[in-house]
Amino acid sequence: MKRSLLLTKIFGSCRKPLLAISLGSAIIISSTSSAQEPVRIAFMDPLSGTFASIGNTGRTILEFAADYFYNSKGGILGGRMIEVVSLDNKQSPNETQLQFRRAVSEEIQIIFQGNSSAVASTLSQTISRHNRRNPGQEVLQINYSAVDPILTEDNCSFWHFRFDAHANMKLNILTDFIAADPDISSMYIIGQDYSFGQVVSDTTIKLINEKRPDIEIVGNEFHPIGQVKDFTPYVTKIVSSGADAVVTGNFGADMVSLARSIIDSGLDIPIYTFYAAYDGITATLGEGGKNKIRLIHNGVANPLPTETRKQFNRDFKIAHPNYDVTQPRIVNALQMVVAAMEETQSTDPYDVALALEDMRFTTMGGEEIWMRAQDHQIFQGLSVSVHTDEGVEFDADNSGWGLVTEYQVPLEETMVESSCQMRRPSR
Amino acid sequence: MLEVFIFATLNGLVTGFLLFMLASGLTLIFSMMGVLNFAHASFYMLGAYFAYSLSLYFGFWGGLIFAPLIVGVLGALVERYGLRKVHASGHVAELVFTFGLAFLIEEAIQFFWGRDTKNYQTPDLLDFPLFTLFGQEFSAYRGFMMTISIAIFIALYYVLTKSRIGIIIQAAITHPQTVSNLGHNVPLIFMGVFGMGTALAGLAGVIAGPVLTTFPGMAAVLGSIVFVIVVIGGLGSLPGAFIASLLIGLLQSYAIASDVGMPDLLGLLGISFDRSHPLNDLWTMNLPQIAPVLPYLLLVLVLIFRPTGLLGKREE
Repeated sequence: MKRSLLLTKIFGSCRKPLLAISLGSAIIISSTSSAQEPVRIAFMDPLSGTFASIGNTGRTILEFAADYFYNSKGGILGGRMIEVVSLDNKQSPNETQLQFRRAVSEEIQIIFQGNSSAVASTLSQTISRHNRRNPGQEVLQINYSAVDPILTEDNCSFWHFRFDAHANMKLNILTDFIAADPDISSMYIIGQDYSFGQVVSDTTIKLINEKRPDIEIVGNEFHPIGQVKDFTPYVTKIVSSGADAVVTGNFGADMVSLARSIIDSGLDIPIYTFYAAYDGITATLGEGGKNKIRLIHNGVANPLPTETRKQFNRDFKIAHPNYDVTQPRIVNALQMVVAAMEETQSTDPYDVALALEDMRFTTMGGEEIWMRAQDHQIFQGLSVSVHTDEGVEFDADNSGWGLVTEYQVPLEETMVESSCQMRRPSR
Repeated sequence: MLEVFIFATLNGLVTGFLLFMLASGLTLIFSMMGVLNFAHASFYMLGAYFAYSLSLYFGFWGGLIFAPLIVGVLGALVERYGLRKVHASGHVAELVFTFGLAFLIEEAIQFFWGRDTKNYQTPDLLDFPLFTLFGQEFSAYRGFMMTISIAIFIALYYVLTKSRIGIIIQAAITHPQTVSNLGHNVPLIFMGVFGMGTALAGLAGVIAGPVLTTFPGMAAVLGSIVFVIVVIGGLGSLPGAFIASLLIGLLQSYAIASDVGMPDLLGLLGISFDRSHPLNDLWTMNLPQIAPVLPYLLLVLVLIFRPTGLLGKREE
């Protein structure tokens, strides 16, 4: 691997770059032709620092799914194993660039990444530039969680696929749900001060104004991400604003601290969130959050739809008693990527990307999901679920508490238009 | 508006006193060693995690008593077998040592307790609202946090200024040779002070864990702000640390509670910009948004206009 890089470097400096590249890639192909080499997939997310718990759970799910569905059954593409390589980007755009270089130097061509839209944007730009300059060594970005709409709209990229509904799609359903509650007449929005938090705020205000103009937005607050020690001062403002409901896009420690401060203040109003479950959050909220905390998410929570899906959860819990299947979309993403590889009999990102486009795939939950070719956005049913301890077959954090789905919409109703004008590389 | 002000003040005081528990230990250790202990906030985190684990077996109160003791003993051991050896190589080595220690503790915590948020709850005994004002509850636990912090402050003040041991400590900090010549065991005193400082940090962790959530990033969130306090207060000054703690606690709390921002300021001047202005983010910035950054702004200002900090002594 080092040798081929060195060669391209040497050849790169000679006067006929085209020849050099083709010579270089010929050497790469010849040196990696052994059939049983593993298919290496990078998992790039924070594995240390403030948001480490989310990253570690994601990695555990990806590794487990790879073993569960493929490696234990003889691998993919006629016997190749899937190897997950962890790259810790500390949720920092800078570190992401470094880790991306590492992935490239290790000839990894598929990168799973999900946490933070800021990081996802950086990665998407880095990958687009890299792929333009290094034909034959392209990298594919599998975004399983970063939900800033811009990634599949104005800044969409051929090399980026999103396997989670984006913020506007989720908010569209969430605001439908809120609008249907006649008891709500005022609302407070609080979020982390970065792209995703801003999107949640702007879109919520826009949609609520359309759907329920009588609901007054009594607060619209931003706080620095991962910096707030104590949310009580913010909660004081929420209380004095007299809001009937809170909407937040917070995740990780920011989510749990906010929810706890709200509960501790004795405020009894619904809290609508994106990420208020799992990774210790559910256990910490416990009794205080019962029937107060709601989440918008894709797929369904309890009751799980199919026996396959239930069995996956059970087997996962046996292997990893301290983790939960927090993001089944990681499994969907892996299954679709593998399906694309099997279909094209190739691990080349360009082939895989073409096969993923317009793919319809039935998940282990028995639902058919669709990857739109126009903007590489997944479409699937969305749910609003509530934090409770009743009817929870599969709990979170081994706490007896978990999510029960209250409201569900099918794929068709989650459709939104996209402004994406994708530039497709030609081969 | 009045209720916001009252609660902002209360919240600010709770945070301020909590910060003081950390800053007091840090500033004592600084005046003793002449070096900032970068691992100080890590001892705070250790306190929270120990207390969490102990609380599973002995309840919250068991954790409250034993966790700070364990952290204090650990701190003393670190001083005895780590820092004292490194001391011979000078201040830079000590600084790097504590820096490395901070990482080590964070990794160790993630290794033993995992990376997720721990379900460390307030005790049932204090699980009631102390009082309700304008429809908002002030939990008894926050009152308890404040009581503990104030008690610690008074005890610390009394011990350091009035008791014999306090006088020896103060003398050992400024004139170690003389104190040593008088027959006191100065290294033992230093070890004791280091242990006490870390125990205080541990105690802060124990009482903060349930409300500020116990997770591996808790040291990082609080760590930098404690340095800011110690520098603003004046390195090595205990009263300075006290004033700076309350100042920063209140400053952040008021900033969050306020709703003023650039638009208001510009409005006063009769200027307005529309949203498409390239510096839109600047013109629409408001105080709550930048509240957590204010302490650092204050730090920069203090360093420019009063480099020794509020109550620090000028170095000769």
